[in-house]
Amino acid sequence: MKISREQIEHVANLARLNLTEEEKQRFTTDMEAIITFADQLNELDIKEIEPTAHVIPIQNVFRKDEAKPSFDRDALLANAPSKADGCFSVPKVVE
Amino acid sequence: MFHPDYEIVIGLEVHCELKTKSKIYCGCTTEFGGEPNTHCCPICTGMPGTLPVINEKVVEYAIRAGLATDCQIAAFSKQDRKNYFYPDLPKAYQISQYDLPICYEGKVDIEVNGENKTIRLTRIHIEEDAGKLLHEAGEGTLADYNRCGVPLIEIVSEPDMRSQEEARAFLEKLRSILMFVDVSDCKMNEGSLRCDVNLSVRKKGQKEYGVRAEIKNMNSFSFAVKAMEYEAKRQIKVLEEGGKIIQETRRWDQDKGVTVSMRSKEEAHDYRYFPDPDLMPIVTSKERVDQIKASLPELPDSRKVRYMEQYGLSSYDATMFLISPRMANFFEVAAENSANPKTVANWIMGEIFRLLNEEEKEAAVIPFEPEMLSKLVNLIEKGAISNSVGKKVFEEMWNTGTDPEKIVEEKGYKQVSDEGQLTQIAEQVLANNPKIVEDYRSGKEKAFQSLVGQMMKATKGQANPKVVTDLLVKILSE
Repeated sequence: MKISREQIEHVANLARLNLTEEEKQRFTTDMEAIITFADQLNELDIKEIEPTAHVIPIQNVFRKDEAKPSFDRDALLANAPSKADGCFSVPKVVE
Repeated sequence: MFHPDYEIVIGLEVHCELKTKSKIYCGCTTEFGGEPNTHCCPICTGMPGTLPVINEKVVEYAIRAGLATDCQIAAFSKQDRKNYFYPDLPKAYQISQYDLPICYEGKVDIEVNGENKTIRLTRIHIEEDAGKLLHEAGEGTLADYNRCGVPLIEIVSEPDMRSQEEARAFLEKLRSILMFVDVSDCKMNEGSLRCDVNLSVRKKGQKEYGVRAEIKNMNSFSFAVKAMEYEAKRQIKVLEEGGKIIQETRRWDQDKGVTVSMRSKEEAHDYRYFPDPDLMPIVTSKERVDQIKASLPELPDSRKVRYMEQYGLSSYDATMFLISPRMANFFEVAAENSANPKTVANWIMGEIFRLLNEEEKEAAVIPFEPEMLSKLVNLIEKGAISNSVGKKVFEEMWNTGTDPEKIVEEKGYKQVSDEGQLTQIAEQVLANNPKIVEDYRSGKEKAFQSLVGQMMKATKGQANPKVVTDLLVKILSE
């Protein structure tokens, strides 16, 4: 499958990645090779095969609804690059 | 009020916080408020290497909500990651459900201006709530993750509503159902019920839907109605002026009374969903569904029919009492213990609802027990007090929470039916009002009512009106 430069730019933008010109070139080629490889799956007849939701055949892993003590706030915030007033501080976002 | 050539098309996405004790994927409390980031742990703050495990009550509550809205329950359901970058979401994805929601194809019946209509539900899925961002003065934005990971169900309707009135009726009905099946407290002021409105307009008779705008995060039904009115008018104006509607997300600015564009949608909606590898599929057997179905209480629709048949209520009154389980229970207990349920209903609709605002109605914040209202009605029904004294007793019950029988006893409010006693008073009244008596004798029927009024005044409203009427007729004809 052909991958366009616009598609690479779109995906990079969604992932908040700033790519250089050289990277955009390279990823377009790489991505095309990966998708083409995966395209081989289209050759298989999978009519009788159930879609896989999870590779491990386990279901219904539940927890009881019990409230437990929360974490120490200082410990939670310990690795935050920036914090203020008991909160994680992030670059200003404006709606 | 809208352009006669246009039709409005509305679909709603309702987010409802479930009333579990702990969050959806960890044991942190779901309690509202609290100091910032004190209801948090490494799981709900999205620390690397943590493993979420779903709360079994979340699954049960979602199925309850689904069964109460006639949904199909998925035998096989899974959870997916919805990817987007916004700091209210510390993992940079929200765990939600994409193609295999827990419930699908339901319906909610509504009544607007006496007409019944069915609003179809597309699906109900499970997801986690996001945190709260505090935009205050200063450099950055502050993130409080106390709400992050509180379990939600998102209820998605089909675009079946054709007016803001229908949308409001749908929201109210849905809230009533969710409260009756006890899966959410639906407190709008705490944001435990919020909705996104999808609205488009089209020329009447046109088959295809128009391009829609989505108005995000409405946490008040009346604001939502105002936003829908504004948005419909805006879209019609754009089209009438030869413009085009663009698909976008808008928000309601309550102060200015307008909807404002937030961001263009195409880019923002590329969520790149994929199955969450940390969470196992949810498989629900028919037995489990039946078991949950059997545990459901009587639903609002059935109660409404029962109130109308059993107690002779109008459809409107019955709907008003079904605003919440607390209100419905107050009515039912009061009605059951009274000689006349219809009168009980009138007291609630008249006096009690006059004294309560919307929120208090819902919470049934009534300063006395329902049995006391039954007693008051019974006192009036058996003629122990008149209706007007009843109002005085009610006022005192409201202010002090005192038992009506005790009030009547202590204040000497008992209705006077004794003929001898009333005859004395009547003679006095007639002697004091010779002009009115003359008017009556000369054929003015109105004068009679005036005399009855004087009697009631003389007895401070305690005279039995029936006895007074008979007595006056008798004396005046002598």
